[in-house]
Amino acid sequence: MLYRESGQFKTTYAADQQLFPIVQDRVAILALLAVAAVGVPLVATDYWFTAILIPFLVFSLAALGLNILTGYAGQLSLGTAAFMAVGAIAAYNFQLRIPGIPILVSFVLGGVSAAMVGVLFGLPSLRIKGFYLAVATLAAQFFVPWLVVKVGWFSNYSASGVITAQPVVIAGVAFDTPVRKYLLVLAIVAVLALAAKNLVRSRIGRAWMAVRDMDVAASVIGIRIMRTKLIAFAVSSFYCGVAGALYAFAYLGSVEPDGFNLDLSFRILFMIIIGGVGSIMGSFLGAAFITLLPTFLDVVLTDGAIALGLNLPSGMTSMAQLVVFGALIIFFLIVEPLGLARLWQIGKEKLRLWPFPH
Amino acid sequence: MHFFLEVLIGGLLAGVMYSLVALGFVLIYKASGVFNFAQGAMVFFAALTYVGLLEKTGLPPWIVFALTLGVMVLLGIAIERVVLRPLVNQPQITLFMATIGLAFFIEGLAQIIWGTDVRRLDLGLQDEPIESVLTRFDIMVSKFDLVAAAAAGVLVAVLAVFFNVTRIGRALRAVADDHQAALAVGIPLKQIWAIVWSVAGFVALVAGLLWGARNGVQFALTFVALKALPVLILGGFESVLGAIVGGLIIGASEKLAEVYLGPLIGGGIEGWFAYVLALLFLLVRPEGLFGERHIDRV
Amino acid sequence: MTEHAHNPGRRIGDTLLSVDNISLAFGGVKALTDISFDVRAHEIRAIIGPNGAGKSSMLNCINGVYRPQQGSITFDGQRFDRMDPHRAARMGIARTFQNIALFKGMSVLDNMMTGRNLKMRTPLLLQALYVGPNRREEIEHRRKVEHIIDFLQIESVRKTPVGRLPYGVQKRVELGRALAAEPRLLLLDEPMAGMNLEEKQDMCRFILDVNDEFGTTIVLIEHDMGVVMDISDRVVVLDYGRKIGDGTPDEVRGNQAVIDAYLGVAH
Repeated sequence: MLYRESGQFKTTYAADQQLFPIVQDRVAILALLAVAAVGVPLVATDYWFTAILIPFLVFSLAALGLNILTGYAGQLSLGTAAFMAVGAIAAYNFQLRIPGIPILVSFVLGGVSAAMVGVLFGLPSLRIKGFYLAVATLAAQFFVPWLVVKVGWFSNYSASGVITAQPVVIAGVAFDTPVRKYLLVLAIVAVLALAAKNLVRSRIGRAWMAVRDMDVAASVIGIRIMRTKLIAFAVSSFYCGVAGALYAFAYLGSVEPDGFNLDLSFRILFMIIIGGVGSIMGSFLGAAFITLLPTFLDVVLTDGAIALGLNLPSGMTSMAQLVVFGALIIFFLIVEPLGLARLWQIGKEKLRLWPFPH
Repeated sequence: MHFFLEVLIGGLLAGVMYSLVALGFVLIYKASGVFNFAQGAMVFFAALTYVGLLEKTGLPPWIVFALTLGVMVLLGIAIERVVLRPLVNQPQITLFMATIGLAFFIEGLAQIIWGTDVRRLDLGLQDEPIESVLTRFDIMVSKFDLVAAAAAGVLVAVLAVFFNVTRIGRALRAVADDHQAALAVGIPLKQIWAIVWSVAGFVALVAGLLWGARNGVQFALTFVALKALPVLILGGFESVLGAIVGGLIIGASEKLAEVYLGPLIGGGIEGWFAYVLALLFLLVRPEGLFGERHIDRV
Repeated sequence: MTEHAHNPGRRIGDTLLSVDNISLAFGGVKALTDISFDVRAHEIRAIIGPNGAGKSSMLNCINGVYRPQQGSITFDGQRFDRMDPHRAARMGIARTFQNIALFKGMSVLDNMMTGRNLKMRTPLLLQALYVGPNRREEIEHRRKVEHIIDFLQIESVRKTPVGRLPYGVQKRVELGRALAAEPRLLLLDEPMAGMNLEEKQDMCRFILDVNDEFGTTIVLIEHDMGVVMDISDRVVVLDYGRKIGDGTPDEVRGNQAVIDAYLGVAH
C-alpha cells in the first residue's frame, strides 16, 4: 500500500526523466543516505567500519567501474585490479611529489591516470571482441603489478614495491579514525554513483548499450564504435582508479602491488555477475554479497564444525569460498542472469501491487 | 650460438606443454563454441586426483591412471549436464563467465578433497640432459622435455585421426560448424558434447601429469594454464594445428625474451610477455595464424 | 491498395544519390558486378531481385558497412570511393535491417533516442551531472522522439524493452529509430518481411507518409511485388549481382530479362 505510484502523473518530459520518477523511491534513497551518513556512525563499531563497511563501499565503486565497461558497454575485462593499482599508486605519487596538493585532487588524478592506462589497454577492442578482449585485459593484469615492482620510483624505492598511503587531511580535518574514513568514502562513492547513474541515462550511456547490443546497427546510426568503447574504458578505469586510491588510503593504509592480483579482478567480476550486469544498484548489492560472504561462511563453517565436533583442516574456509563462489556464479548465470538487482526489481513490482495479488 | 640454440630448444619444448593445455581449449571451443576458462582447473584437478589416488590406494600407476581418467570423464559429463546444457544459446560471454565460475568451483573442490600441500609426482622420467646430444652437439636437451614433446605429438596425431576419420569426429565437426543444422540431421548433440568434454578431460590429465611431474602438483598449475590463452590467440581458437604452433612460438619467444630482453628491463618478464605478445599480434591478425576470418553478414 | 496512393503531384527533385560501377566481392565470390543507378530527391526507389541477388549488399555499400572494391558513391554532390557508416549517418543516411537490428536490452524510447545521437552535443562531464544544457538537451530530443512515437502509434510500449515486443512492432520501432535521425535518405531492407496483410498495410502507410510529410527519399528492398509496384516511383532489378532492369514499375514489369529472372528460363 505504501509503495504505489498511482496518482503520480507526469505532465512534463522533465518530470518523466527524473532520476527516480517514483516519489517513494526518492524518499527511500534519501532515507538510505541519511541512515548511512548519520545512523550508522551512531551504532557501528570500529570493526564494522574497517572490516565490512569501508571495503564494501570501496568494492562497490570498483564494481561500478567494471559494470560500466562490462555491463553497459559489453566489454569484458579481467584487469580491474590492475586499473585499481594504477589509481592507488598514482594518487600516492601525486601526494608524494607535489607538495601541498589536496588529497581529493590526488584521488581524481589517480583516477585520470587509471583512465589513461585503461584506454591504452582498451585499444585492442577496436579489432577484437568478447573473450579475446579478456586476454588483452589479462595483459594489463600481469603487466602493471610487474612494472610497479620493477620500477622502484613508483613506490619511492620501498621494499618489494609496497606503498604506504599518506594521512588523509582535507581542509585541516584529519580523516584518521575508522568512522571518518567511512564518511569520506561514503561521500565519494555516493557522488560517483550518482554521476554513473546520470551517465548511463544520457547520450553516452545509450551509445554504450547500443554498442553492446548490436555494434553494426550502432555504427550505422552514427555512433563511433571505437570512441564509444574507449570512453567506456576511460570512465570505467577512472572509477576503478579512484576505488584503488580509496583501497589504499582509506581501507588498507599500505598495499603491495601484488595485492592487486587476478584474484581481486575476479572477485569484482563476481560482484557484478551476482549483483546484476548492467545495473548501478546491482554493483552495490553484489559488492555487499561478496564482501559479507566470506565472513558468513567463516562463521557457519567454524560454528558448524564445533557443533558437529569436527576438526576442520586449516584453509578449509578459503577452499569452501572458492567452491561457493564458483557455484553461485554458475547458479546466477543460469537462473537469474540479471542478478540480485533483478530480484530486487521483481520485489518492487510485487510491492507495488501489495496487498492485492493483481 | 650454442647458447641461443639451447635456449630456443628449451623454449620450444616448454612450448609443447602450453600446446597441450591449449589443445583442451581448442577441442571444446570447436565443438561447443565455449571458451572453457576452467581447462586449467581441470589440469590441476586431474593431476591432483592422480597423485592423491596413487598415495591413498597404492595401486599400480596404470590402474590409477585409468581411475583418474574415469573421474575426468565423469567430471566432463557432469559439467556438460549441469553447467552447459542450461546455458545453451546464451551469448559467448555468458558461457565464458560461467566457466570462470566453474574454474573456481573445481579448484576449491580439488583442494577440499586432496588438501592444499604441494605434491611431488614421479613419472620415472629424469629431467636431465641427453648424453648423446650433449657430447655430439654440446647442447643440453632434457630427456623429460623430449618425452613430453613426444607424448604431445602422439596425442595430436591421435586427435587428428579421431577428428578427420571417425564418424564421431565428423559429427563433431558438423556440430562445430552449426549446432542447429547438426541437430536437424540427427546428430545427438548432447552425446557429442559429453564426448568432447571427456576428451578434454583426458587431455587435461596428460597435461596435468607432465606439468605436475616437472613443477610439482600445486595450485600454480592453474596459472600455467592461463598461458594457454595467448597461445590460442596466436594459433586461432579453432585450430588444433594452431594450438601446437602457437604453443611452440610462445614457449620459444618467452624463453628467448627472458634470456636476452630480461636483463635489459629487469627480469621476471615471463609473467606477462606472452600476453603482451598476443596483444600485439591481435592488432595485426585478430583471427590468429590458423583461424578463420569471419564475414559479418548484416 | 490503390496505384500511387500517395500524392502523385509531389515534386521529384534532382539526383540525390548516384551509385556508379560498384563491384563487390567476398574472397572469390562476386556479390555485385558493375552496378550503377541513381536516386532522385523525394522519390521512392525500390531494389528487387531473387534471393541472393545482392540487394542487401547494395544497401550495405551505400552506407559504408561493406567496402566495394570498385566504383563510387555520390551523395548530395560529394563523391566517395568508399563510404563509411559514420560519414553516411552524418550526411543523413539512415537505414533498417532485414533481420531486425534493434538494441535488445534497451527500451523503445532509448532505442529511438540513439537515433538522435549525432544531433546531441553536451560533453561527457555535463552528462555526468545531468544539469543545465544536458538536461535541456535530453528533454528537447525526447520531445522530437515522442513526435515519431505518436506518428508510428507505439505510445503504449515506449518504456518496454524491445526484446519483449512482437515482431511487427519491433519492425516499426526500427523504422522509428531511423526516422529519429531525421534522415534525407532512408534505406529500408525488407521492411515488410514476415508481416501479415494488415501489418503490411500499416507499414506501407508509414512509408508513404514519411515520404510525403518529411519529404524523405527512400530506397527499399522488398519481395512483395504488389507493394513494390504500388508505392515505388522507379525500380532497380538485380540478379546474380548484376543489374538487369531499371525503370518505372510498368517498364520493369514488361522487361523480358526481369521476367526470365523471376520465372526462370531454359538456358
